[in-house]
Amino acid sequence: MELFSAQHVNKVFSKTRALSDVSISVKEQSIFGLLGPNGAGKTTLIRIINQITAPDDGELFLEGRKMRQSDVAHIGYLPEERGLYKKMKVGEQAVYLAQLKGMSRKDAMQNLKIWFERFEMMDWWNKKVEELSKGMQQKVQFVTTVVHKPTLLIFDEPFSGFDPINANLLKREILRLRDDGATIIFSTHNMGSVEELCDHIALINKSVKIVDGPTNEIREKYKSNIFEIKYKGNFEQVDKALGRRFKILEHVESVKENQLQVQYLNGDSNNDLLQAIIPAAEIISFEEIIPSMNDVFIKAVQESNNPKIQKDE
Amino acid sequence: MLILQQEYLKKVKKKSFIILTLLVPLLFVGMFALIIFLSLYDDKQERTIAVYDESTLFLGELEPEGTTQFHFVPKEKFDTLRTNLKGSEFYAILFIPENIYSNNTAQIISEKQLPMELTERIGRRLSRFIENDKRQKVIDEAGIPDLDERLAETRTTVKINTLKVSDTGEARKSSSEVAFIASYAMGFIIYFFVFMYGASVMRSVMEEKKNRIVEVIISSVKPFQLMAGKIIGTALVGLTQVGIWVIVGIILLGVGQSFFTPESAEQMSQSLMESSQQMGGATISQDMANNQVADILELVGNLNLPLILFSFLFYFLAGYLMYSSLLGAVGAAVDNEEDSQQMVFPITFPLILAIMILFPIARNPEGPIAFWGSIIPFTSPVAMLARVPYGVPTWELLLSMALLILATVGAIWAAAKIYKTGLLMYGKKVNLKELIKWLRYKN
Repeated sequence: MELFSAQHVNKVFSKTRALSDVSISVKEQSIFGLLGPNGAGKTTLIRIINQITAPDDGELFLEGRKMRQSDVAHIGYLPEERGLYKKMKVGEQAVYLAQLKGMSRKDAMQNLKIWFERFEMMDWWNKKVEELSKGMQQKVQFVTTVVHKPTLLIFDEPFSGFDPINANLLKREILRLRDDGATIIFSTHNMGSVEELCDHIALINKSVKIVDGPTNEIREKYKSNIFEIKYKGNFEQVDKALGRRFKILEHVESVKENQLQVQYLNGDSNNDLLQAIIPAAEIISFEEIIPSMNDVFIKAVQESNNPKIQKDE
Repeated sequence: MLILQQEYLKKVKKKSFIILTLLVPLLFVGMFALIIFLSLYDDKQERTIAVYDESTLFLGELEPEGTTQFHFVPKEKFDTLRTNLKGSEFYAILFIPENIYSNNTAQIISEKQLPMELTERIGRRLSRFIENDKRQKVIDEAGIPDLDERLAETRTTVKINTLKVSDTGEARKSSSEVAFIASYAMGFIIYFFVFMYGASVMRSVMEEKKNRIVEVIISSVKPFQLMAGKIIGTALVGLTQVGIWVIVGIILLGVGQSFFTPESAEQMSQSLMESSQQMGGATISQDMANNQVADILELVGNLNLPLILFSFLFYFLAGYLMYSSLLGAVGAAVDNEEDSQQMVFPITFPLILAIMILFPIARNPEGPIAFWGSIIPFTSPVAMLARVPYGVPTWELLLSMALLILATVGAIWAAAKIYKTGLLMYGKKVNLKELIKWLRYKN
């Protein structure tokens, strides 16, 4: 079921176009990755969802109805540029921020205690924020984002500033939040985490959405017919057998087995490739290489920046 | 509402607030105590002044003046002292020439500049001596025995009691002096508060922007709510502070009344008398001094207190709202402290101007400076308040208030727009043109 959608959102800042006709749809209890190069318009879209800025036109829907200002109480937002009141005590500040999201003081205290204990930061409660390290502050900020049990969570670059251990903790928590029923939108440049976490992605480049779909399907779509073949036999024979129809990208020989990366060009199929190679060598394994999100990202952005390249290929 | 509470508590709990709140009354009390102390025990330094009396009229006649002793010296000593004052035990040399009766001049030779008060006192003493001597001669020549007393009776000091006629024809005792002090004080208090708390709002906005926490907060509440909460919260802090001062003042007054026994009051009025004698030479009797205190109290009571209080609150709130929202907008528009300085100046300039014209206004509350200053909204909170104790035509007051309300609403509107746009704008050097562009944004 769809929890949130943005439809035909446009936003122009004096002369720069931040978003042109962007629509996204986020399923309930899923993790939605919002990708794009710097300055593509991700943060603008996120701010629009958070009701910080209003779109020039286009509409937002939450749980099937139009979004209202009051809906922000059900959103948890972790902005890219993070910060807390430096002079305020950690606990006091967390309670205040939770109250701003509409929680009662009592509930806020209760929930915060649970989170603080889970993150092992109960000792920090009475410390001033400026006494904490950057990483600790990030943790506090994360807790303040989720404490009011939002149905929709929005993380802008959540992993920036976290060390690998805390980044892992964060990943675990994000997955757990999803399993507990929350829907999550996050923007990131960390493609590894997209592969790990996102059920669905949208890629924005220069204010336009260029890719949108479930993560697996997109990777499928962007595969370039590259196969990794492990075999026993003579490379020269294989090379001859493949001929000009197939492009050999990489070749590694070793005592145990040889390894080959091959790409077939238009018009061929997996079977064609196999048929060509079988007479020349004994095949140990045959596997299609699915592009990483990183490759998909680069390829999609380049294609949209230079539509000509796509045509030439 | 929550922001309001938060902002309020944050500021009230701050050390600087507590210190300032405690310190200012202490400072005031201390200042008064110091003034009283100084006027009671002023010149403590012991000096000996060598006197060479060429006229020989004053020999042995100069009594010690406070802590200053006079020591008569012969001519030879005077000559050596003159060239060698530094090594001697004398502080200064007073030279009374032969012809002092005719040209009324004496000389004081000293190494350091003498306190003005001391030279004045010596001068007064010499003149009185000569005056008495001359008068005695005149009396003797005239042969009228009680001439002295009769002449004394002719001495007159006229005190002018000013009465102000109100619309109802009721005449009330008023005093320009009291109005002057009240007007100056109130103009200054307004200036001080608007400035201090306006700047406090600006700092608070800047802090939030610098910390980047503002994005989280405006994802929870509207920017306007944030700004309103901040401004109102700070206003309440100001009112709390004033409230504390008023309460402390009342307590101190109570303590003071029981502490200052009649004797000490007498002492005080005596020292007051002395100082006024020193200044104008007019003799005021003890009774008159006491009457004066009562008069001042009556005159203060005769100021239109409800109107003054009302206009104080009105101009304080409106002026504060206008300036603090503008300063808040500046806080949102700039990235760092240095940039804020140059944006703050154009905004606070009218306020500084107002404080500069405060003195001319208090002196001439009907003049054109006073009129325009109190009508134009940016200076009116200070300027009009300075005029109120003197009495202001109702239409002027209403016009000034109406314009101020309009300006305040306008300022809040503009500030809200700038605030909203500026909060999330980083790394951009903002100038006036940019700000005007922001005002035109739809959202």
